[in-house]
Amino acid sequence: MLNETKAQQLFEKVRKYATADEVELLLAGGKSALTRFANNTIHQNVAEESYFLSIRTVFDGRTARATTNKFDDDSIRRAVQNAEAIARVQHADADLLPLAGAEMAPRSGDAPTRFYDQTAMLTAEARAAGVHGIVELAKKNDLTAAGIFSSSSSAEAIVNSKGLFAYHQQTSAEVSITMLAGDSSGWQKFNSPNVDHVNPLELARIAAQKAKQSAGPREIAPGKYTVILEPAAVLDLVGFMFFDFGGQAVLDERSFLNNRIGKKLFGENITVYDDCRHPLQSGAPFDGEGVRRERVELVNGGVVNRVVYARATAEKMKKSPLLATVGEVRPTGHGFPLPNEMGEAPMNIVFAGPGAGQAKTVDQMVASTERGVLVTRLWYIREVDPYEKMLTGMTRDGTFLVENGKVTAGLRNFRFNQSLIEMLTAVEAMSEPVRASGEESFDMVVPAMKVRDFNFTEVTKF
Amino acid sequence: MPMKEIASWALNTAKSRGATFCDLRIVDERNRSLATKNGKVGHASDSESLGVGIRVIADGAWGFAATDDLTRESVERAAAQAVSIAKSSATVKQYDVKLAAEKPHVAEWSSPCQVDPFSIPIEQNIALLLAVDKELLAVKGVTLAESNLNFRRYEQWFYSSEGAEIHQTRTTTGAGYAAYSFQGTEIQKRSYPNSFGGQFQNKGYELIGELKLVENARRIGEEAVALHAAAQCPQGVATIVLDSSQLGLQIHESVGHPIELDRVLGMEANFAGTSFLTLDKLRTLQYGTELVNVVADATPEHGPGLGTFAYDDEGVQSQSTPIITRGQFTGYLSSRDTAAMIGLQRSGGTMRAEGWSRLPIIRMTNVSILPGEKALTLEQLLADTEDGIYMQTNRSWSIDDKRYNFQFGCEIGWEIKGGKLGRMLKNPSYSGITTEFWNSMDAICSRDQWTLWGTPNCGKGQPMQTMGTGHGAAPARFRNVKVGSAYKGS
Repeated sequence: MLNETKAQQLFEKVRKYATADEVELLLAGGKSALTRFANNTIHQNVAEESYFLSIRTVFDGRTARATTNKFDDDSIRRAVQNAEAIARVQHADADLLPLAGAEMAPRSGDAPTRFYDQTAMLTAEARAAGVHGIVELAKKNDLTAAGIFSSSSSAEAIVNSKGLFAYHQQTSAEVSITMLAGDSSGWQKFNSPNVDHVNPLELARIAAQKAKQSAGPREIAPGKYTVILEPAAVLDLVGFMFFDFGGQAVLDERSFLNNRIGKKLFGENITVYDDCRHPLQSGAPFDGEGVRRERVELVNGGVVNRVVYARATAEKMKKSPLLATVGEVRPTGHGFPLPNEMGEAPMNIVFAGPGAGQAKTVDQMVASTERGVLVTRLWYIREVDPYEKMLTGMTRDGTFLVENGKVTAGLRNFRFNQSLIEMLTAVEAMSEPVRASGEESFDMVVPAMKVRDFNFTEVTKF
Repeated sequence: MPMKEIASWALNTAKSRGATFCDLRIVDERNRSLATKNGKVGHASDSESLGVGIRVIADGAWGFAATDDLTRESVERAAAQAVSIAKSSATVKQYDVKLAAEKPHVAEWSSPCQVDPFSIPIEQNIALLLAVDKELLAVKGVTLAESNLNFRRYEQWFYSSEGAEIHQTRTTTGAGYAAYSFQGTEIQKRSYPNSFGGQFQNKGYELIGELKLVENARRIGEEAVALHAAAQCPQGVATIVLDSSQLGLQIHESVGHPIELDRVLGMEANFAGTSFLTLDKLRTLQYGTELVNVVADATPEHGPGLGTFAYDDEGVQSQSTPIITRGQFTGYLSSRDTAAMIGLQRSGGTMRAEGWSRLPIIRMTNVSILPGEKALTLEQLLADTEDGIYMQTNRSWSIDDKRYNFQFGCEIGWEIKGGKLGRMLKNPSYSGITTEFWNSMDAICSRDQWTLWGTPNCGKGQPMQTMGTGHGAAPARFRNVKVGSAYKGS
């Protein structure tokens, strides 16, 4: 396993081979395993152990990166030489900053522990036992189960010639289950750094219930409906906007926040921040340069207040004519490893949820709905219009008709074409935010949402 | 490095631990990626990766383990771990794995490469990208210019307990660029020669010259800006003509994915989805009109596609499989185990892995629509179209988990009136049901209009694997297609 001592030793080696003005070493890797099942059978079952080292060299405003997974002296030397060769032939970039100093890294104990021995030690036998329980529950309900049970332990470190050192290790366990019936299906997914918090049988029970309850799906006409989006569906939709919440995206004028920062864009009940130290979040407390991640409030009461910044982007923004229009500008520790064209993005999104006493459960949202659609999961979401944030995609694995406060039938799946801005202006109710995991976006802490006038444009044939 | 010796450590260990079958891939991969943005180098990197992935069958079930450490101790540990994992798999199974027969091949193959892209000086590459960038930014109203070059060399040694020994090397080159324009409340974008990175083929640096990158940059920038003043694509039902790159993606989504047997048999039900092409549809479904002829062709004779190879990642020789023949559905993409499940005598040879650390899964090879037999240029096709919309270059793509209901958006469109291109249309989109769509195709251009496009970023599998696929297509015409619904209600 990659540890802090090993990282320092490798950096000394890199430093010995380097002739560059400055040098940075990024190390990452670990063990991961994934047990995959379908047709009530484990059909793929994999384990991997791998590590890589990535070297960035800097010569007077020029930088480049070389990466290898070979840790012998010759390979490290060659990686250093490759990084230097590519850096040397570039034109100097006046915007390139010196490497981050040691004072910019997080301090020891700056983030919650996200490494659990019981997750790191999880065996193939234990995963198979979990899958066995899921499959038995499927069989008992005349259903067919498909899904995964995965676990991993990983570490990452950044060391540079300015004395910066940042290290993080964590574990993760995840279960995702689809239960299939003749003409319907149901789905659930959950992950946590601590495998003890993952309950495969409970997830299987809910997925099975959804599969059975959505059998014999009815077809209703496309149109605008009140929808109740479970947290995974919310996550997969809202995930499409956060890559626009970076300073570089605004400078590039490729963000839907162009000309909109400081303005009320969403409903007053929408408040969003980025906080890697939130107890339901995961990930390292530093960015791609080793800079400490800060908590940043992105949206408050529907008003987009701020975006996040890598160090260089913050400097560029300070010199930009846009400076007066974008709110507070300073490095926030959200940069990607350099060099890159993307800049930065908030990757630890937390929705604040409703005010005290205002949270509604999904059942309560259903009970308050005269006619609407309950959505478990969305699929194949893509951006149709980048400025209006018009998204398209399909419902999947548990779409239900709600009538007079009750779930009355399963529905054939819909295609939607929905502006995310309009959606977040039409949120009528929210649950308490939870850690959610989908397929289209990174994990977040989000609530379920009840939304007016969600735009279904087509219905499919199943 | 003594690859055969490394393989023997794994094969012997797997056998001694109780495996009834074992294969392994040692992969040595090198990548170079260069990008510019608004007159500056945005990204410059080299990477290399070496490791081994070991796949076994024990107690009738699959196991797989991978390591980046090629010492004897580590390779033997990974092989033993693969067997142990397989035995765990066997505790939850409904059937024993069976493999369709394949002769154990002993072979060497390299994809054709006239000019090694890694031999080209980096200064030359950066100069090319900056020249493109300069042309794009010379257009007033272009607010962002991005360009990229990507090279990959993928060398693989495959061994199996059946006696296969296959050494293959593939060299891939790719390039492309995009111009963005932000005005008022719109961000418009034009890409060349295709969206999402450009064009990729299993070729050497000679591809870069063929693409005529600098020569087309000014036009692409001008189109990005012109889109702001263009009329919105109408909503309704129309005749559409698709350019070959968009048709390539249409094939990828609505033919390539649904013919994957792992999806058909439910193995991807939790993630990538299943397929409307259930086994009863084989040779009974009218997939399209008589003009629709699709093959899944991995053979080098088909062209330098990202789905071209001599042997797949379980050692099956590349083949050409008829998928749609004169409109009738005639074949699936298969592996050795899925072929055996449905009674095929042989795998179609479509198993591929992203790298050494990933398990091979069924992937599209080059799933291509064959060109029309009669000579027909795009100009002639447009001239033969009284009223319709011509759409170019994908902007958004989405299809349901059975691959039936799709919606595509394109970067740019033009009205077709009286056989001629009329005014430019922005935000063009179309949608439909897969079989209804392919049964509405009434014309396709001929071989001289056909391009083998590379899609470098097809995602599938868990853990997620990204794979390159190839799609040959020529411009084609479809009748009575729903257009413009992407913006309905906005």
